[in-house]
Amino acid sequence: MIYLTRKAEFSASHYYHNPEWTPEENQRVFGKCANLNGHGHNYTLEVTVGGEVDAVTGFVIDLALLKSILNREVLDDFDHRHLNKEVPEFSKQVPTSENLAIVIWKRLEAHLQPARLHRVRLYEQPDLFVDYYGE
Amino acid sequence: MKIYLTRRYLFAAAHRLHSSALSEAANRETYGKCNNPHGHGHNYFLEVTVSGPIVPETGMVCDLGALDAAVSRHVLDRFDHQNLNQLQEFAELVPTTENLTVCIQQILSRTPLPAHLEGIRIEETGNNSFEYSGAQAPRH
Repeated sequence: MIYLTRKAEFSASHYYHNPEWTPEENQRVFGKCANLNGHGHNYTLEVTVGGEVDAVTGFVIDLALLKSILNREVLDDFDHRHLNKEVPEFSKQVPTSENLAIVIWKRLEAHLQPARLHRVRLYEQPDLFVDYYGE
Repeated sequence: MKIYLTRRYLFAAAHRLHSSALSEAANRETYGKCNNPHGHGHNYFLEVTVSGPIVPETGMVCDLGALDAAVSRHVLDRFDHQNLNQLQEFAELVPTTENLTVCIQQILSRTPLPAHLEGIRIEETGNNSFEYSGAQAPRH
């Protein structure tokens, strides 16, 4: 089994807001992130796929194919977008990095055969990242 | 549904690698520049990984402010701008980053944290890093 990791960057805006809470509760839990005018990050996404090395090509996955899948399934929708307002998955859930990692996993998982998705790592900033293994 | 969250912290500390079980010559041979009697220092980057389910109402694994406060109080306040050799933990233990990693993992495993502690990683320099997750099997 070989693991291959592809890195990509996207920039997006978001805010944290639970509509079932009062403004005060939102402010208390989410702090600066509750500002409804939004703020943004340069996200770094690392997608790790695992699989066997193809005997003919020597690839675990065709890198150009992986790049095009990442663009089509994630980056085209996320880059330079407002996550709350423009990405349908976040119309009803808070676009935290935790939820973003799961959404990205779900968007990618079905498209990577014969390799399989091993890990989605998402950096919100250099000192904070989340990992999701599909568990 | 399990998410791993890693937060990165910085502390600066001095140390000298010297083992009382070795001769002066063996210390110099083993530790090289790190055996300099006057000590030296590093900017250590500490990565703390916690895990758990996402709380539906917040979308978060845990309150980052609470994690930061716990790590600051129990680790950073204790180690930042200190000489590790002078600390009680290293009275009889060489303050290699291996030992430092185990030491900080043990401190955090005793500390109430807002999510489950998976393990820690310490970068001593840009080229050396150490990971420890207690008795658990490696995550990857």
